[in-house]
Amino acid sequence: MKALRFILPAVVFAVIAWFLLAGLDRNPRDIPSPLIGKPAPDFSLPVTHDLARTWSPQALRGKVWLLNVWGSWCSACQVEHPVLNDLARSGEIPIVGLAWKDMPENSIAWLRRLGNPYSVVVSDVQGRVGIDYGVYGAPETFLIDGAGIIRYKHVGPVTPELLQQKLLPLARELAAS
Amino acid sequence: MNTHRRLVNPRPRLARSLAALLLGMVAWLSLPGTTGIAVAQSQSQPAREAPTPAASLLPTQAERERFHALAEELRCLVCQNQTLADSDAALAADLRREVEELMLAGRSDDEIKAYLVQRYGDFVLYRPPLQRNTWLLWLGPFVLLLVGATVWWRVQRAHRAGLRPADAGAGASVPAASASGGPGTAAARGGARTPEPQPASDADLERARRLLD
Repeated sequence: MKALRFILPAVVFAVIAWFLLAGLDRNPRDIPSPLIGKPAPDFSLPVTHDLARTWSPQALRGKVWLLNVWGSWCSACQVEHPVLNDLARSGEIPIVGLAWKDMPENSIAWLRRLGNPYSVVVSDVQGRVGIDYGVYGAPETFLIDGAGIIRYKHVGPVTPELLQQKLLPLARELAAS
Repeated sequence: MNTHRRLVNPRPRLARSLAALLLGMVAWLSLPGTTGIAVAQSQSQPAREAPTPAASLLPTQAERERFHALAEELRCLVCQNQTLADSDAALAADLRREVEELMLAGRSDDEIKAYLVQRYGDFVLYRPPLQRNTWLLWLGPFVLLLVGATVWWRVQRAHRAGLRPADAGAGASVPAASASGGPGTAAARGGARTPEPQPASDADLERARRLLD
Protein backbone atom coordinates (compact mmCIF):
# COMPACT_ATOMS: atom_id res chain seq x y z
CA MET A 1 0.00 0.00 0.00
CA LYS A 2 2.91 2.29 0.79
CA ALA A 3 4.43 1.74 -2.65
CA LEU A 4 1.08 2.54 -4.25
CA ARG A 5 1.24 6.03 -2.76
CA PHE A 6 4.19 6.77 -5.03
CA ILE A 7 3.46 4.62 -8.02
CA LEU A 8 -0.13 5.69 -8.45
CA PRO A 9 0.48 9.45 -8.75
CA ALA A 10 3.39 8.70 -11.09
CA VAL A 11 1.16 6.55 -13.28
CA VAL A 12 -1.60 9.15 -13.26
CA PHE A 13 0.93 11.82 -14.12
CA ALA A 14 2.33 9.74 -16.96
CA VAL A 15 -1.11 9.10 -18.43
CA ILE A 16 -2.15 12.74 -18.23
CA ALA A 17 1.21 13.89 -19.58
CA TRP A 18 0.83 11.51 -22.50
CA PHE A 19 -2.63 12.87 -23.30
CA LEU A 20 -1.44 16.46 -23.12
CA LEU A 21 1.71 15.78 -25.12
CA ALA A 22 -0.15 13.93 -27.87
CA GLY A 23 -2.71 16.73 -27.84
CA LEU A 24 -0.04 19.18 -28.93
CA ASP A 25 0.17 17.48 -32.30
CA ARG A 26 -3.55 17.52 -32.87
CA ASN A 27 -4.67 20.26 -35.20
CA PRO A 28 -8.01 21.57 -33.95
CA ARG A 29 -8.67 22.85 -37.45
CA ASP A 30 -8.62 19.33 -38.81
CA ILE A 31 -12.29 18.55 -38.72
CA PRO A 32 -12.87 14.93 -39.69
CA SER A 33 -15.03 14.84 -42.78
CA PRO A 34 -18.17 12.73 -42.60
CA LEU A 35 -17.95 12.33 -46.39
CA ILE A 36 -15.09 9.82 -46.42
CA GLY A 37 -16.43 6.56 -47.84
CA LYS A 38 -19.56 8.30 -49.11
CA PRO A 39 -20.43 9.15 -52.71
CA ALA A 40 -18.98 12.45 -53.87
CA PRO A 41 -21.88 14.91 -54.14
CA ASP A 42 -22.89 15.37 -57.74
CA PHE A 43 -22.90 18.83 -59.26
CA SER A 44 -23.04 20.61 -62.56
CA LEU A 45 -20.96 23.77 -62.72
CA PRO A 46 -19.78 26.07 -65.51
CA VAL A 47 -16.33 25.35 -66.87
CA THR A 48 -14.16 28.31 -65.91
CA HIS A 49 -12.47 28.63 -69.30
CA ASP A 50 -15.74 28.20 -71.22
CA LEU A 51 -18.63 29.34 -69.05
CA ALA A 52 -21.24 28.22 -71.56
CA ARG A 53 -20.29 24.60 -70.89
CA THR A 54 -20.99 22.73 -67.71
CA TRP A 55 -19.05 19.89 -66.18
CA SER A 56 -20.14 17.16 -63.79
CA PRO A 57 -18.13 14.51 -61.90
CA GLN A 58 -20.03 11.90 -63.91
CA ALA A 59 -17.50 12.62 -66.66
CA LEU A 60 -14.80 10.90 -64.63
CA ARG A 61 -16.71 7.75 -63.69
CA GLY A 62 -14.41 4.79 -63.73
CA LYS A 63 -11.34 6.90 -63.04
CA VAL A 64 -9.52 7.76 -59.85
CA TRP A 65 -9.15 11.52 -59.66
CA LEU A 66 -8.40 14.45 -57.40
CA LEU A 67 -10.73 17.32 -56.69
CA ASN A 68 -8.73 20.35 -55.59
CA VAL A 69 -10.62 23.22 -54.00
CA TRP A 70 -8.82 26.52 -54.49
CA GLY A 71 -9.34 30.20 -55.23
CA SER A 72 -7.27 33.01 -56.65
CA TRP A 73 -7.69 34.83 -53.32
CA CYS A 74 -6.14 31.89 -51.48
CA SER A 75 -2.52 32.36 -50.47
CA ALA A 76 -2.08 28.83 -49.17
CA CYS A 77 -3.09 27.58 -52.63
CA GLN A 78 -0.02 29.23 -54.11
CA VAL A 79 2.08 27.13 -51.77
CA GLU A 80 0.74 23.86 -53.11
CA HIS A 81 0.46 24.96 -56.71
CA PRO A 82 3.97 23.86 -57.83
CA VAL A 83 3.28 20.43 -56.34
CA LEU A 84 0.11 20.14 -58.40
CA ASN A 85 1.93 21.35 -61.51
CA ASP A 86 4.52 18.61 -61.05
CA LEU A 87 1.83 16.03 -60.53
CA ALA A 88 0.00 17.16 -63.67
CA ARG A 89 3.22 16.83 -65.68
CA SER A 90 3.59 13.23 -64.53
CA GLY A 91 0.08 12.63 -65.90
CA GLU A 92 -0.57 10.04 -63.24
CA ILE A 93 -3.94 11.25 -62.04
CA PRO A 94 -6.45 13.78 -63.36
CA ILE A 95 -6.81 16.85 -61.15
CA VAL A 96 -10.05 18.78 -61.28
CA GLY A 97 -9.97 22.33 -59.95
CA LEU A 98 -12.94 23.72 -58.07
CA ALA A 99 -12.52 27.49 -58.15
CA TRP A 100 -14.33 28.12 -54.89
CA LYS A 101 -15.92 31.52 -54.27
CA ASP A 102 -13.82 32.99 -57.03
CA MET A 103 -14.68 35.04 -60.10
CA PRO A 104 -13.82 33.15 -63.31
CA GLU A 105 -11.70 36.02 -64.70
CA ASN A 106 -9.61 36.03 -61.51
CA SER A 107 -9.20 32.26 -61.64
CA ILE A 108 -8.06 32.40 -65.26
CA ALA A 109 -5.56 35.21 -64.63
CA TRP A 110 -4.13 33.29 -61.68
CA LEU A 111 -3.73 30.08 -63.69
CA ARG A 112 -2.10 31.97 -66.54
CA ARG A 113 0.43 33.37 -64.09
CA LEU A 114 1.19 30.20 -62.10
CA GLY A 115 0.42 27.42 -64.57
CA ASN A 116 -2.65 25.24 -64.96
CA PRO A 117 -2.36 21.72 -63.56
CA TYR A 118 -6.06 20.99 -63.92
CA SER A 119 -7.72 18.70 -66.44
CA VAL A 120 -10.72 20.95 -66.03
CA VAL A 121 -11.56 23.88 -63.78
CA VAL A 122 -15.12 24.59 -62.72
CA SER A 123 -16.33 27.80 -61.09
CA ASP A 124 -18.30 27.64 -57.85
CA VAL A 125 -18.80 31.37 -57.49
CA GLN A 126 -21.49 31.12 -54.79
CA GLY A 127 -19.71 28.38 -52.87
CA ARG A 128 -22.74 26.08 -52.99
CA VAL A 129 -20.86 23.01 -54.16
CA GLY A 130 -18.21 23.81 -51.57
CA ILE A 131 -20.88 23.50 -48.88
CA ASP A 132 -22.01 20.15 -50.32
CA TYR A 133 -18.43 18.93 -50.02
CA GLY A 134 -18.10 20.29 -46.49
CA VAL A 135 -15.39 22.72 -47.55
CA TYR A 136 -14.47 25.22 -44.85
CA GLY A 137 -11.35 26.76 -46.28
CA ALA A 138 -8.96 26.45 -49.18
CA PRO A 139 -7.10 24.49 -50.27
CA GLU A 140 -8.81 21.18 -49.69
CA THR A 141 -8.19 18.09 -51.77
CA PHE A 142 -10.44 15.05 -52.23
CA LEU A 143 -9.43 11.70 -53.66
CA ILE A 144 -12.37 10.15 -55.49
CA ASP A 145 -12.41 6.60 -56.83
CA GLY A 146 -13.87 5.10 -59.99
CA ALA A 147 -17.21 4.44 -58.31
CA GLY A 148 -17.45 8.09 -57.33
CA ILE A 149 -16.72 7.47 -53.65
CA ILE A 150 -14.64 9.97 -51.67
CA ARG A 151 -11.70 8.01 -50.30
CA TYR A 152 -9.53 10.66 -48.74
CA LYS A 153 -9.67 14.32 -47.86
CA HIS A 154 -6.73 16.58 -47.16
CA VAL A 155 -7.15 19.98 -45.56
CA GLY A 156 -4.43 22.53 -46.31
CA PRO A 157 -1.74 22.58 -48.99
CA VAL A 158 -0.78 19.29 -50.64
CA THR A 159 2.89 18.59 -49.93
CA PRO A 160 5.24 16.32 -51.93
CA GLU A 161 5.43 14.06 -48.86
CA LEU A 162 1.67 13.71 -48.63
CA LEU A 163 1.51 12.99 -52.33
CA GLN A 164 4.22 10.33 -52.32
CA GLN A 165 3.37 8.71 -49.03
CA LYS A 166 -0.40 8.86 -48.97
CA LEU A 167 -2.33 10.18 -51.95
CA LEU A 168 -0.57 8.42 -54.83
CA PRO A 169 -0.19 5.00 -53.14
CA LEU A 170 -3.87 5.13 -52.22
CA ALA A 171 -4.80 6.21 -55.75
CA ARG A 172 -2.78 3.34 -57.25
CA GLU A 173 -4.39 0.90 -54.89
CA LEU A 174 -7.85 2.16 -55.85
CA ALA A 175 -7.06 2.10 -59.54
CA ALA A 176 -5.86 -1.52 -59.26
CA SER A 177 -8.94 -2.78 -57.48
CA MET B 1 -6.88 14.31 13.52
CA ASN B 2 -8.82 13.83 10.34
CA THR B 3 -5.57 14.59 8.51
CA HIS B 4 -4.14 11.32 9.74
CA ARG B 5 -7.19 9.47 8.68
CA ARG B 6 -7.09 10.83 5.17
CA LEU B 7 -3.48 9.81 4.77
CA VAL B 8 -4.00 6.39 6.24
CA ASN B 9 -6.91 5.53 3.99
CA PRO B 10 -5.53 5.06 0.48
CA ARG B 11 -8.86 4.71 -1.23
CA PRO B 12 -9.78 8.39 -1.49
CA ARG B 13 -6.34 8.91 -3.00
CA LEU B 14 -7.14 6.24 -5.53
CA ALA B 15 -10.46 7.88 -6.27
CA ARG B 16 -8.82 11.28 -6.67
CA SER B 17 -6.28 9.86 -9.06
CA LEU B 18 -9.11 8.30 -11.00
CA ALA B 19 -10.90 11.63 -11.08
CA ALA B 20 -7.84 13.38 -12.46
CA LEU B 21 -7.44 10.67 -15.06
CA LEU B 22 -11.06 10.99 -16.15
CA LEU B 23 -10.74 14.74 -16.38
CA GLY B 24 -7.75 14.39 -18.69
CA MET B 25 -9.54 11.91 -20.86
CA VAL B 26 -12.68 13.99 -21.09
CA ALA B 27 -10.56 16.91 -22.22
CA TRP B 28 -8.85 14.68 -24.74
CA LEU B 29 -12.02 13.29 -26.16
CA SER B 30 -13.79 16.59 -26.43
CA LEU B 31 -14.26 17.64 -29.99
CA PRO B 32 -11.55 19.44 -31.93
CA GLY B 33 -11.47 23.14 -31.41
CA THR B 34 -12.28 22.89 -27.76
CA THR B 35 -8.67 21.99 -27.00
CA GLY B 36 -7.85 25.64 -27.29
CA ILE B 37 -4.42 25.01 -28.76
CA ALA B 38 -3.54 27.61 -31.33
CA VAL B 39 -2.16 26.08 -34.49
CA ALA B 40 -0.84 28.00 -37.46
CA GLN B 41 -3.57 28.20 -40.02
CA SER B 42 -2.75 26.12 -43.06
CA GLN B 43 -5.77 27.20 -45.05
CA SER B 44 -6.94 30.49 -46.43
CA GLN B 45 -10.37 31.96 -46.01
CA PRO B 46 -12.21 33.79 -48.73
CA ALA B 47 -12.37 37.50 -48.22
CA ARG B 48 -15.78 39.03 -47.95
CA GLU B 49 -16.61 39.88 -51.51
CA ALA B 50 -19.78 41.75 -50.79
CA PRO B 51 -20.91 43.70 -47.75
CA THR B 52 -22.89 41.65 -45.26
CA PRO B 53 -26.16 40.57 -46.79
CA ALA B 54 -27.91 42.15 -43.86
CA ALA B 55 -31.37 41.75 -45.26
CA SER B 56 -32.77 38.44 -44.05
CA LEU B 57 -34.63 36.33 -46.56
CA LEU B 58 -37.14 35.54 -43.88
CA PRO B 59 -40.31 37.59 -44.01
CA THR B 60 -41.75 37.24 -40.51
CA GLN B 61 -40.38 38.05 -37.09
CA ALA B 62 -41.23 34.56 -35.86
CA GLU B 63 -39.17 33.00 -38.62
CA ARG B 64 -36.26 35.29 -37.89
CA GLU B 65 -36.43 34.30 -34.25
CA ARG B 66 -36.49 30.63 -35.18
CA PHE B 67 -33.50 31.21 -37.45
CA HIS B 68 -31.59 32.95 -34.70
CA ALA B 69 -32.27 30.17 -32.19
CA LEU B 70 -31.07 27.64 -34.74
CA ALA B 71 -27.96 29.60 -35.69
CA GLU B 72 -27.03 29.78 -32.00
CA GLU B 73 -26.90 25.96 -31.96
CA LEU B 74 -24.55 25.77 -34.92
CA ARG B 75 -20.83 26.25 -34.84
CA CYS B 76 -18.91 28.36 -37.29
CA LEU B 77 -16.41 26.10 -39.06
CA VAL B 78 -13.80 28.81 -39.50
CA CYS B 79 -13.78 30.68 -36.22
CA GLN B 80 -14.33 27.61 -34.16
CA ASN B 81 -15.43 29.18 -30.93
CA GLN B 82 -18.20 31.26 -32.42
CA THR B 83 -21.70 30.31 -33.34
CA LEU B 84 -22.97 30.65 -36.86
CA ALA B 85 -25.07 33.54 -35.63
CA ASP B 86 -22.12 35.48 -34.23
CA SER B 87 -19.51 34.83 -36.87
CA ASP B 88 -18.49 37.36 -39.42
CA ALA B 89 -16.61 34.87 -41.63
CA ALA B 90 -17.60 34.62 -45.27
CA LEU B 91 -18.36 30.93 -44.95
CA ALA B 92 -20.59 31.58 -41.96
CA ALA B 93 -22.54 34.12 -44.01
CA ASP B 94 -22.94 31.52 -46.77
CA LEU B 95 -24.13 28.94 -44.29
CA ARG B 96 -26.58 31.38 -42.70
CA ARG B 97 -28.02 32.02 -46.13
CA GLU B 98 -28.18 28.28 -46.72
CA VAL B 99 -30.05 27.77 -43.43
CA GLU B 100 -32.49 30.55 -44.31
CA GLU B 101 -33.19 29.01 -47.68
CA LEU B 102 -33.73 25.60 -46.15
CA MET B 103 -36.19 27.17 -43.70
CA LEU B 104 -38.04 28.80 -46.56
CA ALA B 105 -38.13 25.43 -48.27
CA GLY B 106 -40.08 24.21 -45.26
CA ARG B 107 -37.43 22.05 -43.63
CA SER B 108 -37.61 21.46 -39.90
CA ASP B 109 -34.79 22.42 -37.51
CA ASP B 110 -33.75 18.78 -37.23
CA GLU B 111 -33.64 18.39 -40.98
CA ILE B 112 -31.50 21.50 -41.32
CA LYS B 113 -29.12 20.25 -38.65
CA ALA B 114 -28.94 16.87 -40.37
CA TYR B 115 -28.18 18.65 -43.64
CA LEU B 116 -25.20 20.40 -42.09
CA VAL B 117 -24.00 17.37 -40.13
CA GLN B 118 -24.04 15.34 -43.35
CA ARG B 119 -21.57 17.84 -44.85
CA TYR B 120 -19.50 19.06 -41.93
CA GLY B 121 -19.92 16.35 -39.33
CA ASP B 122 -21.04 16.58 -35.70
CA PHE B 123 -18.56 19.38 -35.28
CA VAL B 124 -21.12 21.92 -36.49
CA LEU B 125 -23.38 21.14 -33.56
CA TYR B 126 -22.66 23.00 -30.37
CA ARG B 127 -24.49 20.21 -28.61
CA PRO B 128 -23.00 17.01 -29.97
CA PRO B 129 -25.36 14.03 -29.86
CA LEU B 130 -24.89 11.33 -27.25
CA GLN B 131 -23.21 8.50 -29.14
CA ARG B 132 -20.31 6.06 -28.92
CA ASN B 133 -17.54 8.65 -29.24
CA THR B 134 -19.20 11.28 -27.06
CA TRP B 135 -20.61 9.38 -24.10
CA LEU B 136 -17.56 10.13 -21.98
CA LEU B 137 -17.85 13.79 -22.89
CA TRP B 138 -21.46 13.83 -21.76
CA LEU B 139 -21.25 11.50 -18.77
CA GLY B 140 -17.71 12.33 -17.63
CA PRO B 141 -18.73 15.30 -15.48
CA PHE B 142 -21.37 13.21 -13.73
CA VAL B 143 -18.89 10.41 -13.17
CA LEU B 144 -16.49 12.96 -11.67
CA LEU B 145 -19.27 14.29 -9.47
CA LEU B 146 -19.97 10.76 -8.30
CA VAL B 147 -16.29 10.14 -7.59
CA GLY B 148 -16.08 13.42 -5.69
CA ALA B 149 -19.19 12.61 -3.67
CA THR B 150 -17.79 9.17 -2.85
CA VAL B 151 -14.50 10.65 -1.68
CA TRP B 152 -16.29 13.22 0.43
CA TRP B 153 -18.59 10.58 1.92
CA ARG B 154 -15.68 8.26 2.74
CA VAL B 155 -13.66 11.02 4.33
CA GLN B 156 -16.65 12.09 6.39
CA ARG B 157 -17.38 8.55 7.45
CA ALA B 158 -13.76 7.85 8.29
CA HIS B 159 -13.61 11.06 10.25
CA ARG B 160 -16.78 10.34 12.20
CA ALA B 161 -15.99 6.69 12.84
CA GLY B 162 -12.32 7.28 13.58
CA LEU B 163 -12.50 10.32 15.81
CA ARG B 164 -12.78 8.65 19.22
CA PRO B 165 -10.89 5.35 18.90
CA ALA B 166 -8.28 6.81 16.57
CA ASP B 167 -7.45 9.57 19.05
CA ALA B 168 -6.05 7.03 21.43
CA GLY B 169 -3.96 5.50 18.66
CA ALA B 170 -2.76 8.85 17.39
CA GLY B 171 -1.90 9.98 20.89
CA ALA B 172 0.07 6.82 21.51
CA SER B 173 2.11 7.22 18.39
CA VAL B 174 3.06 10.81 19.09
CA PRO B 175 5.85 10.12 21.60
CA ALA B 176 7.57 7.93 19.03
CA ALA B 177 7.70 10.84 16.68
CA SER B 178 8.84 13.26 19.37
CA ALA B 179 12.35 11.94 18.88
CA SER B 180 12.54 14.17 15.89
CA GLY B 181 11.06 16.84 18.10
CA GLY B 182 9.51 20.02 16.85
CA PRO B 183 6.97 22.46 18.13
CA GLY B 184 4.12 20.56 16.50
CA THR B 185 4.37 17.65 18.93
CA ALA B 186 2.93 19.37 21.94
CA ALA B 187 0.26 21.00 19.88
CA ALA B 188 -0.72 17.69 18.36
CA ARG B 189 -0.87 16.00 21.74
CA GLY B 190 -3.01 18.81 22.95
CA GLY B 191 -5.07 18.54 19.80
CA ALA B 192 -5.99 14.98 20.64
CA ARG B 193 -7.62 16.19 23.83
CA THR B 194 -9.24 19.23 22.35
CA PRO B 195 -12.87 18.52 21.50
CA GLU B 196 -12.64 20.44 18.20
CA PRO B 197 -10.02 19.23 15.74
CA GLN B 198 -7.73 22.00 14.56
CA PRO B 199 -6.96 22.43 10.89
CA ALA B 200 -3.70 20.69 10.08
CA SER B 201 -0.69 22.90 9.55
CA ASP B 202 2.07 22.05 7.08
CA ALA B 203 4.20 20.88 9.94
CA ASP B 204 1.42 18.50 11.03
CA LEU B 205 1.13 17.06 7.56
CA GLU B 206 4.86 16.58 7.26
CA ARG B 207 4.97 14.82 10.61
CA ALA B 208 2.04 12.62 9.68
CA ARG B 209 3.82 11.62 6.52
CA ARG B 210 6.92 10.72 8.46
CA LEU B 211 4.87 8.65 10.87
CA LEU B 212 3.31 6.68 8.08
CA ASP B 213 6.57 5.84 6.45
